[in-house]
Amino acid sequence: MSDSSYGQLVKLGDKRGVADVPRPDACGGRAHAVLKDALSARPFDAAVTAFVLACLPRSKMPVLWVQDRASRLENGRVYGPALKGIRLLRVEVSHARDVLWAMEEGAGCAGLAAVVGEVHGAPPVLDFTATKRLAMRAETSGVPVWLIRSGTVEGLSAARERWRVGSLPSQVHPYNAAAPGAPVWEAELFRARGRSPGVWEVTYEGGQNSLRFLPRSGDGPLEEDHGAAAHAAG
Amino acid sequence: MDRWRRITAQQRTLPDEAVPVVLARQGPHGPVVHAVNAAGVARGIASGARVVDVQAIHPDLHVEQADIEGDQTLLKRVALWARRWCPWTVAEHDGILMDVRGAAHLFGGEAQMLRDMHARFAMQGLRARLALGPTRGAAQMLARFGAQGVICGADDVAEVLAPLPVAALRLPRATVILLERLGLRTVGALADVPRVGLMRRFAGAAEAVNPLVLLDRALGRSADPLDAPAEGGRWLARVRMAEPVVDPVPWLEGLAEDLAAQLAQAEQGARRLRVTIYRVDGEWRSRDVATAQASRDALHFVRLVTGKLDGIDAGFGFDLMTLEALRVEPLVLRQDRLDGGRDAGADVAALLDRLAAKLGPSRVTWDAWVQSHKPERVEARVPVLAGPVQGAVEVARERPLRLFDPAEEVAVLYAVPEGPPARFSWRRVTFLMVRFEGPERIAPEWWRDRAGTRLRDYYKVEVTDGRRLWLFREGVVGDARGGDPRWFVQGVFG
Repeated sequence: MSDSSYGQLVKLGDKRGVADVPRPDACGGRAHAVLKDALSARPFDAAVTAFVLACLPRSKMPVLWVQDRASRLENGRVYGPALKGIRLLRVEVSHARDVLWAMEEGAGCAGLAAVVGEVHGAPPVLDFTATKRLAMRAETSGVPVWLIRSGTVEGLSAARERWRVGSLPSQVHPYNAAAPGAPVWEAELFRARGRSPGVWEVTYEGGQNSLRFLPRSGDGPLEEDHGAAAHAAG
Repeated sequence: MDRWRRITAQQRTLPDEAVPVVLARQGPHGPVVHAVNAAGVARGIASGARVVDVQAIHPDLHVEQADIEGDQTLLKRVALWARRWCPWTVAEHDGILMDVRGAAHLFGGEAQMLRDMHARFAMQGLRARLALGPTRGAAQMLARFGAQGVICGADDVAEVLAPLPVAALRLPRATVILLERLGLRTVGALADVPRVGLMRRFAGAAEAVNPLVLLDRALGRSADPLDAPAEGGRWLARVRMAEPVVDPVPWLEGLAEDLAAQLAQAEQGARRLRVTIYRVDGEWRSRDVATAQASRDALHFVRLVTGKLDGIDAGFGFDLMTLEALRVEPLVLRQDRLDGGRDAGADVAALLDRLAAKLGPSRVTWDAWVQSHKPERVEARVPVLAGPVQGAVEVARERPLRLFDPAEEVAVLYAVPEGPPARFSWRRVTFLMVRFEGPERIAPEWWRDRAGTRLRDYYKVEVTDGRRLWLFREGVVGDARGGDPRWFVQGVFG
């Protein structure tokens, strides 16, 4: 697995498709709303939640947030006062089967801004077929679908992108050196369709509503390849 | 009183029959007695007395809160149920009026009909005071102040009403006192006074409180017709099978289309649906579903109801199936958008219906906000079928992204005098604190919390691997509200 070799600032606009960050190797196509997995690197780490929330499109439409009982106990509930400008439609069920059913129903509904589901562990119902169905639904309707998973995650997934997100020590607080500052996350894209995986340090810049992706290696951007003509000339 | 007895008996043991029980309502100067049980009546407790006075006289008094709105709702429903005897029934604030003219012979005469009414109300667990009079006013007076089940003909109405007190005319209290001061204690005495005098005395009084007008109405001298509310329409589609079948699903589509067509003709949309199957062995089974928005989309009905029919017990088959709209709301035709796209709001409403129908209405919620100091109390949830909630919460300080409710206690391994513990263990993992921010002190809400609730000092704590927790200490050392303060994790920051 290689690091992405350059950093970039991704502006989060008001449109859909914001969730398609980063696109180092832009394939020129239209940004697709697809199923994405977000895995937690460590137990009860809210970094993955924060990352998913930052990637959700900003809109007046509600976000369907489905949670099963195990993840509610393990990771807690999403706390409304911390969310800015996101209307949550919460569904709290006890079994992962119902989570998948509710997500499928939501993924087919164009009136939602996004669908987020949370499943703890690896229940048998959450197999390749189930994720494939979700992915197909999301691609048909154009609603971005995120699946947040915690605990032991094994088995196949048909998600078009799989992320693993964890916290890093936060930035320096501007006024108080003894206090934690703005959060820094480590985001690892370990499986993706149509693009290369990588590991980034991600910071959220609330003022500009943007996510800043920095490569883990700390290298600067690669020199642009001028193609075969340049090589021939050189 | 009967309704209170029935509801309470389901939940706890009723007080003994010999104990006087009163239901209290709020009066202008504190609670007053609304209703009294038999033991209370025997001791002379009157409705309208102040509860504190009655309590002083009868120390063993048992006081309960009256549910006046619930009583009114029950009365309205009972009034509609009473249409089994006659088509004209009205619920008043403390009774039901029925116009049984031309209906009594169907039940074998007036006395027989009153007996039937009494028996059927008793079957419902309600004691009814019944009276039959030639006019509306006379019946009202006799039911409240006359003997039980009295029947009064048109000829002897004046004699029957004469011994009743003037309060029976449903006059306001001031007028009753005035008439009693004038020495007019009974209806008969009032009727004997020359009309001109009464008319002059009460010239300024409104019609509904004028004793002369009320007396005329009771005695049948002026007309007093009954204005019965119209019964709501029934929206019902049914299908009969030639022979018993077991699977209801194939018949649903036709039923839903039939019902949707009926609703469309009346410009109504259904909020509540009931599907019923009538089995060949005489039993019936039904399922209810509710919708978030009035709808008459047949396809939507089918999808809603299909999910509910999974566990329905068809027995040896059924031969009649109905789909009924229990509650309807006006719904005008709505146009799709000009570009052919569907209305996104309608899509969401349909989604809410499906989620709530399958998972249960309490599982699908919008966020609502409560003004409160305690972080876990700020957030309230309202079921989606109750409608969306407007407004946003304003919190001055940074709040964690995820909240544990209830908060989980941590074991302190190495405490420092100021600030959060340097080492602590939570969920069997030891954490080492690196940086922290705080405290943010949140005081208990004295107007809501129990006495002795301790204040909380919140800290945002970062541990070695970068995870940020929201810890709080409950109480401070030496606040005389329990032992050493304990530490809890309430949330995690993103």
